[in-house]
Amino acid sequence: MDPRLSIINERLKNIERIIAVGSGKGGVGKSIISTTLALLLSKNNKLTGLFDLDFQGPTCHLILGAKDEFPTEEKGIKPPQINSVYFMSIYYFTRDNPLPLRGWEVTNLFRELLAITRWDNIEYLIIDMPPGVGDEVLELLKLINKKEILIVTTPSILSLNTVDKLVKLLKNLNIPIIGILENMRVQPSDIVKKYALENKINYLGYIPFDYSIEKYIGEINLFMKTKFVLNLEKILHEKILF
Amino acid sequence: MHEWALAEGVIKTIKEYSKDKKIEKVVVKIGELQQIDIDIFKFALDELKKENSMNKLSIILEIEPAVLKCRVCGKTWSFSENLKELDDFIAESIHFVPEVFHAFIKCPNCGSPDIDILKGRGVWIEKIKFKGE
Ligand SMILES: Nc1ncnc2c1ncn2[C@@H]1O[C@H](COP(=O)(O)OP(=O)(O)OP(=O)(O)O)[C@@H](O)[C@H]1O
Ligand SMILES: [Mg+2]
Ligand SMILES: [Zn+2]
Repeated sequence: MDPRLSIINERLKNIERIIAVGSGKGGVGKSIISTTLALLLSKNNKLTGLFDLDFQGPTCHLILGAKDEFPTEEKGIKPPQINSVYFMSIYYFTRDNPLPLRGWEVTNLFRELLAITRWDNIEYLIIDMPPGVGDEVLELLKLINKKEILIVTTPSILSLNTVDKLVKLLKNLNIPIIGILENMRVQPSDIVKKYALENKINYLGYIPFDYSIEKYIGEINLFMKTKFVLNLEKILHEKILF
Repeated sequence: MHEWALAEGVIKTIKEYSKDKKIEKVVVKIGELQQIDIDIFKFALDELKKENSMNKLSIILEIEPAVLKCRVCGKTWSFSENLKELDDFIAESIHFVPEVFHAFIKCPNCGSPDIDILKGRGVWIEKIKFKGE
């Protein structure tokens, strides 16, 4: 018997909202959006946690500007606060080394991290999902009770085709979808809005492609002033935190 | 001290499993890979037993040696051989999250990082014996 299963939700039970940012599709902006959401929530005085669920390619720590922080032990492990966000990631333990894992081990890793992480009294938890619908995504969908999914896509037929697979899976499992966010728009297009309408999903709006963000990765103060962040902040207040 | 978190899982699972039946003995296996501090783990279990009025319950801890196997060349070896060479950061990381060994340990024969853990991972409940069984 796996003793971790009974405490995973215990650890999360006082959190008001658990928002997992996913897509199915890779490279559409899940990590930058989830990290920015966490930063914006804590800027709005919400105690916020961020969990990087991407074990093979974690990147939230780069956006957040993590240095050599390490969790502290206290009847479990406590995520360090980085730029006010309580942050947990496999990055603390692997640093920049590759982590070659196969199926069952991904599940084990997921359970271990959730069983031992003490989030304290956070109100919001943002989860950055990896691309695909592999083990960590399935574990998240199966084991975490109180969750809502925010879907990110680019305005591309190819992206939407993969996104649609995740949407079908979520609908099948009756998992609440907050809405679909169109990212990296470069020209007017209504395919995402149409997709949302046809599938009865809330269309959260779009974020234009912002050439400036690359140079501010890790420079939080400048990053928070970019158009990308301002756009997302508006969406957060109007469509997510109603 | 994250042994506490694991002990909590053990106690909560036993509690959920027992419902109204009386449990006499539980066998908990502890994989060597994680390098659990047995004294802290025992202490945590005892404290949690008291809190949950399970004083009479006997929990037996058994350590299982960790055995690794290379998926490329088939070499099998014992994790205790690696243990001698691990620096503090790596040892601590594996202690928190055992799977992290994949980032640091390579096959001693062919150097591949594609390694399977055959035995000795994590903490799990091996056996629950009810009263009168
Ligand atoms: N609106 C935007 N404007 C410009 N660049 C963007 C925008 N959104 C994301 N990017 C960039 O696109 C790249 C991919 O973003 P990100 O890593 O967040 O995607 P992801 O969906 O998390 O990828 P993966 O599936 O690999 O985890 C990054 O370099 C990021 O900075
Ligand atoms: Mg990502
Ligand atoms: Zn080998």
